[in-house]
Amino acid sequence: MNPFIKNKKQLSIFITAGFPTLNSTTNQILELQSKGVDFIEVGIPFSDPMADGVVIQESSSKALSNGMNMDILFDQLEAIKNDVHIPLVLMGYLNPVLQYGLEKFLIKCKDVKMASVILPDMSFEIYERFYQSLFEKYEIPMTFLITPTSSDERILKIVESSKKSFVYLVSHTSITGNKQTFQENLLERYSEIKALCKNVPLMIGFGISTKNDVEKAHKSCDGAIIGSAYIKSLIEKRDLVRELTP
Amino acid sequence: MEKIKKYTEVDDLGFYGHFGGAFVPELLRDNLEELTTFFLEIENDNAFQNEFLSLLKYYVGRPSPLYLSQKLSNEFKCPIFLKREDLNHTGSHKINNAIGQILLAKKMGKSEIVAETGAGQHGVATATVCALMNMKCIVFMGEKDIERQAPNVQRMKFLGAEVIPAKSGSKTLKDATNEAIRYWINHTNAYYLIGSVVGPHPYPAMVASFQSVISKEIKSQLKEMTGTENPTKIIACVGGGSNAAGAFFEYYDSNVELIAVEAGGLGVNSGYTAATSVVGNPGVLHGSLTLLMQDEYGQVVEPYSISAGLDYPGIGPLHAYTIQIGRTKSISVTDEEALKAAKKLAVYEGIIPALESAHAIAALEKLKFESNDVVVVNLSGRGDKDMETYLNLDSY
Repeated sequence: MNPFIKNKKQLSIFITAGFPTLNSTTNQILELQSKGVDFIEVGIPFSDPMADGVVIQESSSKALSNGMNMDILFDQLEAIKNDVHIPLVLMGYLNPVLQYGLEKFLIKCKDVKMASVILPDMSFEIYERFYQSLFEKYEIPMTFLITPTSSDERILKIVESSKKSFVYLVSHTSITGNKQTFQENLLERYSEIKALCKNVPLMIGFGISTKNDVEKAHKSCDGAIIGSAYIKSLIEKRDLVRELTP
Repeated sequence: MEKIKKYTEVDDLGFYGHFGGAFVPELLRDNLEELTTFFLEIENDNAFQNEFLSLLKYYVGRPSPLYLSQKLSNEFKCPIFLKREDLNHTGSHKINNAIGQILLAKKMGKSEIVAETGAGQHGVATATVCALMNMKCIVFMGEKDIERQAPNVQRMKFLGAEVIPAKSGSKTLKDATNEAIRYWINHTNAYYLIGSVVGPHPYPAMVASFQSVISKEIKSQLKEMTGTENPTKIIACVGGGSNAAGAFFEYYDSNVELIAVEAGGLGVNSGYTAATSVVGNPGVLHGSLTLLMQDEYGQVVEPYSISAGLDYPGIGPLHAYTIQIGRTKSISVTDEEALKAAKKLAVYEGIIPALESAHAIAALEKLKFESNDVVVVNLSGRGDKDMETYLNLDSY
């Protein structure tokens, strides 16, 4: 069964593990769960996050200087695994995963009940050639990013491999935290993509920050993912989830 | 029978052996596919190649001389030739690749160029070709490099380029590259003119191909001067490794010894080094799987070298591959050894090398030569930009 749900207006939050403080990861997850967030992406900080804007870049370097690393992160996730009832997704750049050891990483993911993994700099082709068999061995479903300009053929191929996860639609071509979402000319494309996804949930992210954005996301996709805006709200000590939900 | 693959050939996903590939977010996929299509097209496009060679000849001033250094030859008891890339327009080998890529960008209908630069040599080369081709030019340069390579910053600005300081991380080449990639993701209509044999496929193969003119010339020049086109050793410095890729390119499938000189910084075991092949291990940075300086958790370690052009935590995947299989030998040279070599070449030959190239000269002291050796050192750039560093040395 797919833990990610189709046709329900979902809200997902991306957190940077170890930000703002090293031990804040677990409390944030439990708090977001209690506020009704549908699933959470736990970001593994990396020194060179090339697809991220300033907000997530800075949260990553702060997390690293706080001492966050893969061992600590898995310990933290282990401590709360029986208290978390919503899907958790580990998201990060490939290099820290490769250094940790992909097999060891997948075993740990299974131990701490990760629902899926997102590695934005690992393309579908590289996954197929080198890593797919290990992911399947440990039954950890991958989630892949697509963009409005991805070809239908490619989207269908990714949908086929995402039956136990979801498809992550990048709202527009830009790094994270860039507000140019829901340009009129893209709305139709979002709907086409949703049709291509059939039973696989389609979640949209990148540049989503306001209640209005979330509402728009729910018109064309199954869920909205918020990252930079959440990190920013932490810094500004605002309750973003409350602002976004009715 | 299976076709024997050349060292410089990549597979369908852009790998040299285990290294290379395209590890980029989906956001850049269309761009890289478009680039790959055009790159394959120009390889057999006579009009393109003619324009490229014509600009190299009449604009850059190629072929660059192959100069027999009498004094170095006397000292090391074998002929030592210097491939004078320092005499190219803009002062280094970087212009070869910049010319090739700007023609490609023009063919692709692009009008905005973004680039990263370390020492500023690639930035100057890019700003130059952008002026030549009437293109908008944005160059990212680490804040720390902007300070230590001020003359090149002024040259870029004078040529009409916008120089944007990269303020993240170590504020050097690695971070300038991150910023250039981010800019490219946000402006997919721009052309990313990468300066070295790094980055996602097809960049490493493309840059190596444009730089291969260096070894093509060495072959014909050496043939003319010595009667044989192969030296016994070729020495080149390596940061990302574009000048080395160019100097080695035509010689991979021969028995010529290829020596890549990395920046040892304060010493390979000092914690302040850029000797990637010694202290690095396989990892993914800037879109390719290569040898990478990193900690046990895969965070990229900040490299150190007095030379801004070698101050990079990775190495081109072609070099990672050929070093790993033993085809290329890597050695390292410290800051101090490079500085001494720069001074030596200045007083021996009246040639002031770039700090990067001085590493290749310094390598001569670390190698053993027989009298029947014929050695080519790729003098990748001139030292005008490094005068402040050179003049600050007490001993001189």
